[in-house]
Formats: sequence, C-alpha cells, structure tokens
Amino acid sequence: MTVHTTSPQFKQNAARALHDPQLQKALNNVKQGFIDKRQAAADKLPEFEALRDSARDIKNHTLEHLDLYLEAYEQKVKASGGHVHFARNADEAREIILSICREAGARTVTKGKSMISEEIGINHYLEANGIKPVETDLGEYIIQLRNELPSHIIAPAVHLNATQVEQDFRRVHTHLDAKRDLSEPVQLLTEARAVLRERFLAADVGITGANFLVAETGTSIIVTNEGNGDLTQILPRTHIVLASIEKLVPTLEDASQLLRVLARSATGQEMSVYTTFSTGPRRSGDADGPENYHVVLIDNGRSAMLGTSFEEMLRCIRCGACMNHCPVYHAVGGHAYGWVYPGPMGAVLTPSLIGVDKAGHLPNASTFCGRCESVCPVRIPLPKLMRHWREREFERHLTPASVRSGLSLWSFFAKRPALYRLATRAAMATLGFAGRRRGRFSWLPLAKGWTKHRDFPAPQGETFQARWQRERKGGTA
Amino acid sequence: MSARDEILAGIRRSLGVKGNETIRRQIVQDRLERAPKGVVPARGQVSGEERIALFRTMAESSLATVTEVGTPAEVPQSIALFLRDHNLPATLRMGGDPRLKAMPWSETALEISQGPSEGQDLNAVSHAFGGVAETGTLAMISGPENPSTLNFLPDNHIIVVSAKDIASDYESVWSRVRFAFGKGGMPRTVNWITGPSRSGDIEQTLLLGAHGPRRLHVIVVRE
Repeated sequence: MTVHTTSPQFKQNAARALHDPQLQKALNNVKQGFIDKRQAAADKLPEFEALRDSARDIKNHTLEHLDLYLEAYEQKVKASGGHVHFARNADEAREIILSICREAGARTVTKGKSMISEEIGINHYLEANGIKPVETDLGEYIIQLRNELPSHIIAPAVHLNATQVEQDFRRVHTHLDAKRDLSEPVQLLTEARAVLRERFLAADVGITGANFLVAETGTSIIVTNEGNGDLTQILPRTHIVLASIEKLVPTLEDASQLLRVLARSATGQEMSVYTTFSTGPRRSGDADGPENYHVVLIDNGRSAMLGTSFEEMLRCIRCGACMNHCPVYHAVGGHAYGWVYPGPMGAVLTPSLIGVDKAGHLPNASTFCGRCESVCPVRIPLPKLMRHWREREFERHLTPASVRSGLSLWSFFAKRPALYRLATRAAMATLGFAGRRRGRFSWLPLAKGWTKHRDFPAPQGETFQARWQRERKGGTA
Repeated sequence: MSARDEILAGIRRSLGVKGNETIRRQIVQDRLERAPKGVVPARGQVSGEERIALFRTMAESSLATVTEVGTPAEVPQSIALFLRDHNLPATLRMGGDPRLKAMPWSETALEISQGPSEGQDLNAVSHAFGGVAETGTLAMISGPENPSTLNFLPDNHIIVVSAKDIASDYESVWSRVRFAFGKGGMPRTVNWITGPSRSGDIEQTLLLGAHGPRRLHVIVVRE
C-alpha cells in the first residue's frame, strides 16, 4: 500500500484550489519564474535540442535492456562494498528501510528530497516505529512541519507564501525568541539552516533518493542546490539510497548527457550547484563519509509498464518542466491531483501506479495544449499518453453514463459524415432561429455545465464545414 | 522467488526477453566498455586562455567569485586577502592534500587546522581534482586527504584549481578519473560544485547559503 490518495476527488480538490486566495497568489510564482528561466537556458545552448534527443535515446536504450543494466549495477555496488536490496512494492521497501535503520540503532534519520520516498510513505512508517525522520530540503522541511505532501516535484512548498512559513516556524521552533524578526525570506532560511544543522550532525542514518544510478560504476547520483542531500549522506554512519528501477543509466557519459538537460529544464540553471556521485561506503583511510551504504531498488509498478505504451513515461527524469508549463497546474496547483506526482507527468504516472479507477480524473484534467510535451527533456508524449488513459477509462466503463452516451451519440454521427453535416446544419438552424432575438442563450437543455457560468451564443450563418467547403471551392462569404 | 529474481523476471516478461540472449548481452557490454560521449556542446571546446576565461565567466555566473594567482606559493596570501576583504576571521580548515600542504602558510597570519569538518569551521580550503569550463563547475574527489565535509559544512568555501586541470567538458574529467581509478572504478565521492549553496523554496526567491557554503571562492593557479 502506498500513501493515501484524494485523486478520486480531483474535481472537488480543484474547485477548492481555485477559491483559495493564498494558493492562487503562490501559484503566480510558478507562472512567472520557471518558464522564462528554462527558455533562457535553452537559448544559451545551441545543442539543447540535440541533447534532448540524446537524453531520450539513452533512456530508451536503458529501458530496453533494463534487466541487464540492473544486474551490472548490482554487481558494481557490491564490489565497492555497498548493499543492494530489491523491493517489489512499497510495503517491502518500508520493511527493508526500517530493518536497516534498526540495525544502525537509529533514533533520528535525516532525509534528502526524494519523490520515491513520498510514494512509499516512509516518513509515517518510520515515525510509527519510533524513528524520527527529518526532511532537510528547505521546501520539504516546511511541508513536513505542516504534515502535507509536496505540491511540486522540485519545489515542494511552491503552494505557500512566506507569511505561512513564518507562522509554521513560530509554531514549531518554540525554543527561539518569540519576538524575533522573520519578516524577510532570508531570515526564514537562516533559521532553518541553524535548526537543521543540529539535525544533520545528530542523525544516525541519512536517506536520499537518486536522480540517476550508473551501471558502469555502481554509482548513485543526487542533484541539489542547497547541499542538504550531501550533508544527509556524508555525516551519518549509514546512507540509504532509495531509487525506483528506471533511474538506471549505462555510463558516466550517459549520466552527463542527462545532467545537461535536467537543471536547464527544471530551474534554468546551467548546472545544479551540487551534483554528487557516490560509490559505496567510506574507503580505508577516509576521514569522513558513511560506513554503510545501502541501495533499495524499488519496482512498485514500473516493471509492468515496460512493453506497454506507458513505457515512455519511465524516461521521466523528474525535472518538473511539464507542470511548470501546464495551464491546469497553474490554475489548481499540485495538491488537487491528490497523490504524490502532480501536473502532466502525474496525470500519466498516477493511473499506472494506483489505478485508473482511482486516478481517472487526472488524464482528463488537460487542455491538450501540448506545452508539456514541447518542453519535456526526454520527449515524453504526455498528451498522447493521457489520451491512452482516457481510452482505457472508456473501455473499462469507468466514465459516467451521461458522458458515455454523449460520446456514443457523437461517434454515431462522426462516423457518418453526410448525416453529421445534415444534423449540424439542422441544429444550427434551430438554435439560430430560437435565439434570433437575444443572440444568446442563458439556458439550454444538456448544456448546464456551460450556461451556469456564461451565456451560449446563438449560431449565425452556416456551419464551419459548409463554409470550409465553399471557400475551398473559391467562393467568398 | 526472491524479490530480486521476481523483479528481473517481471522486467523480462514485459520486454519479451529471456535475459540470456547473446546479442542483448553484447550490446550492453559494448556500451559499458565504449561509454560513447553523445552530444558534447561546442561552447567548452576552446583551449588555453580562452578556456580559462570561459571557466571564469561561467563560474561567476553561478555566483562564485574567482581570482587568479601565478604560482601555488601565492595561494596563502590570496586567501588571507580574501578573508580580510570580507571581514572574516583569519582561520582556515583544510585536509592533508599534498598540494595544499606544500604551500607557504606560515607566511600569513592564518590560523590553520587540519582534518574533516564537524560543523564549527567558518572557512575551509580544498584542492579541486579539476574544473569544467562549459559550466564553471569544479570537480572534487574524496579520499584520505580530501574530506568531503569541507565542501559542505563551512560558511565560506575556497577551492584551489590548477589551470592545467580545467577541462573543456565533463567527459574529459571522467577520462581523467578513469585514468586515476581504472575503468569502472570511482572514488567514493565525486562532487561537482557550481556556485555557492542556494534555495528558491520560499516564494521562488533565490537565497544563498541554504545548508552549504554561503560563499564559494575559486582560486585558479596559472602554473
């Protein structure tokens, strides 16, 4: 079982989000910042489009040979003194992590930002077992204080404003002077830095995710701007890497290709501040670093996606560009999606992982504008995959009866062009006649969803198809 | 069946393969051995002065500060000056890297201490394995004489890099790593560092010094 989902209530979630003034204010930051920065970074690198092709091809090649690269990777990790654990699902992953923590006698665990750790709900599980997990990425720390899920895969607290963070810090950091000034974001950062510095130094185990795993060398790679992931993994005695199986790449060169598109697509940086390549535990004579190095490789639904049309989703490198460019995400934010992964990538991945019966609304929450696909660094055809989910939803009779009969009716006409033209012409004439006086309708049968919010204009003249035909033959209006 | 075997079997079932096909194994073996470079941007493919200048521009655009000195012997003075200019205490933590050890620290008033950081050090200096001009990135490798904690815990991190070790691209750094550690071998940690620590998590406002160093100062040694 994975973390709780509210994806089935997407419509209610979205309605609430649209009427949340704090959230709407915060979402403005997404619209303004990310898009321009990514574009500027792409423009500065003439090879950017070629690198996107290269990134796509590397991921495709790896997925095609995933069994063999996993074996090669496992062998290299072991050779460097690390341990590799395989977990079929979230339950197994949590058990493995807990037993490593117990073996290390852990009381507190620091964590770097990791989406797979959200997916398996490790924090609550550790807490329930008497181990205190501390998120160390600033955004993750803030949402942990609020007991929320991240609302964005690279900017987890993007739904919040500074005043909300200030309130949380005052509520939780009660050991500090109640009269202290926290009016500036930099003061919030400084406070979090000081509080978390203590946690880093006290932790018994550090848990990070992995942006990539390198089969050639048995290396795990993390990418951060804060440096929190590094302090998480070099200070405690035990480092646990959590990674889903599709994080693999063949070589250091392949990783370097992907790193060239990751930061540019995510934040518009030329390169993230800290890109760290870890191979095994501390070597003899080393002055620091973890004594134990564990990798937990998690399937949790991925292997079943291989060989299907959703295999393409496994190329995702979690940069967040798709949600940064999504008008639906801009309008409702990440929490409305109701599970771990929001935005277009979430709309495709979530039904694969928790079932289209629960997450069927997500692939429907799209305008099909195609911006997500146009910026995806590994060229995942996100709109096409959302459409595949809609088809599956329809095939499995999960769509409501009214929608199904409406679609059936439409398809009956759409498959009979002559009848379609006749029917639309008749409908237009009828509507045009009925609305000839006001020129619009404030109420129409079967169109409440439209007329509740705005008038429906009465049609005038001829149908689009009729006009198209006429103009193609050289006539004018 | 173990989780491992079941996952591998599941992957093979989905891909429609058995896992023992010679041709697939060869393809994988070949890729791991050849490690093709892919697309390497032209930007970094310059040499000499031009490459150093590019490195400098890119490092500065990542909000690091960069200075150049003629010889290793000038590094201690340069660091003393940097600390004084920023009103920082004249203390410095460093590992046992022989290149740093050989520098004339006693010519300065700096109070030097040696070893990894335990979180109390304001200033630290490390020697880079190399630099990458393409993005102004420093490549650090861990080892008995190069503790990784020095790269992250101090408030002010100074990195010394030899001009001759500044490469055009990441791929050149990997080929040097392979030369030093053998094909398929790696130091325990390689840190690529591009600028000082930062966060944009509060209202997408860029703030420096999130958990790692607030300042990153790079000293390029020309000789």
